[in-house]
Amino acid sequence: MNLTLKIWRQKDSNAKGQMVDYKVTDISEHMSFLEMMDVLNEQLVNTGEEPVAFDHDCREGICGMCSLYINGEAHGPDRGVTTCQLHMRMFKDGDTITIEPWRAAAFPVIKDLVVDRTSFERIQQAGGYISVNTSGNTQDANAIPISKHAADEAMDAATCIGCGACVATCKNSSAMLFVGAKVSQYALLPQGQVEATDRVMNMVKQMDLEGFGNCTNTGACEIECPKGISLENIARMNREFLKATIKG
Amino acid sequence: MSGFLKSSIGRKVAMALSAFFLMFFLIIHLAVNITSLFSPDLFNELSHFMGTNPLVQLALQPVLIFGVVFHFVMGFVLELKNRKAIGVKYAQNNGAANSTWMSRNMIISGVVVLAFILLHFIDFWIPELNVKYIHGDMSGLLPDGESYRYFEELQHKFVSPIRVGAYVIAFVLLGLHLAHGFTSAFQSMGATAGRKKTMQQIGKAYSVIIPLGFIIIALFHHFNH
Repeated sequence: MNLTLKIWRQKDSNAKGQMVDYKVTDISEHMSFLEMMDVLNEQLVNTGEEPVAFDHDCREGICGMCSLYINGEAHGPDRGVTTCQLHMRMFKDGDTITIEPWRAAAFPVIKDLVVDRTSFERIQQAGGYISVNTSGNTQDANAIPISKHAADEAMDAATCIGCGACVATCKNSSAMLFVGAKVSQYALLPQGQVEATDRVMNMVKQMDLEGFGNCTNTGACEIECPKGISLENIARMNREFLKATIKG
Repeated sequence: MSGFLKSSIGRKVAMALSAFFLMFFLIIHLAVNITSLFSPDLFNELSHFMGTNPLVQLALQPVLIFGVVFHFVMGFVLELKNRKAIGVKYAQNNGAANSTWMSRNMIISGVVVLAFILLHFIDFWIPELNVKYIHGDMSGLLPDGESYRYFEELQHKFVSPIRVGAYVIAFVLLGLHLAHGFTSAFQSMGATAGRKKTMQQIGKAYSVIIPLGFIIIALFHHFNH
């Protein structure tokens, strides 16, 4: 198939940036979206132009590196997939595809389609962990009784790959689905209880400091999340926050 | 408390709490007003009670006004913070692919409802304050001194088709605001109930019945004065 691509080009974080049109031809419908981007970049290199910078790593939908706002949706028009898993069969011959970086004040553009997502790292560092003594006699985690239901829900929350599609999709650039998932994965397990109060307070505080917006409960994040992280995790975070506020 | 209201979740919880109070108030308001459709006497009695009872006037009314003002001020604060968080806008954004118009435009429906409340205050609340607390007439009677004035004043207000039209439009927007706000308030409070089918159905019913009730009252008195 032959396509017209409208891509955001921005030299560096201080440059103004603009949408630039490109043509790609003979794209196979079996290609992934990133493979199509590879074809474009080869074309650009061959003509002496600067290739389009975009994030990618595992290309298996696990690492959370790829992003891209494609035709007005995070990770494109398909559901439950990252951009690397999005296939060109989702598009038609002759289509014009708009490709933009994640947009959020807390995700500044570094170059072209690459954004700085280290704000997520700082939120994690603020409390997204449990402190375990590893002096040599660490207890086997499997020795702690955990209900199947709690283990499954914690695992569901833990499948968040931190790609930032929730923020990119949210009309308020809110990070509450991400933070909700990271709070939930510990809140559901006994190992997470010891630091539960500090965790939610510190992670929410860091989220606010990073300049993410507030949740309006539109549910868009849940729909666009490639891992299907449920809004239930935001409700759980809200409960944890209220509990922690009352406990002090 | 100020620390709590400085956090994003604290603000949303405060929005939800004021929303619950306002949604409860709407039920009471509609219950009183609906009596005007079938019993002017009952409407007059209830209006007089609500307008003169010290508990309602001195305790509930200030709480209600605080609730209304707080909900709107916090709504604007959240909107401004959210706009700041967005940064550069997308060239193409397909919001309809993943969310409802109501959920994305609470500020629009909210501003229309705010404009309506200002009109409503000018129409009913300020004249009430004037009669009761400036002129000191707590009798609730018409100049003839025989019967209550409330029903007649209500009918008089709905003579103008422009006012009735403005009320109808505002109530439709109120319905759209409630269609998202009802279940959203539960979610903000951390309750899973807002995500359950039963509560969503109750929310839908509430967001239709309450505005429709007020629309029927306005139209009824417009065509039956």
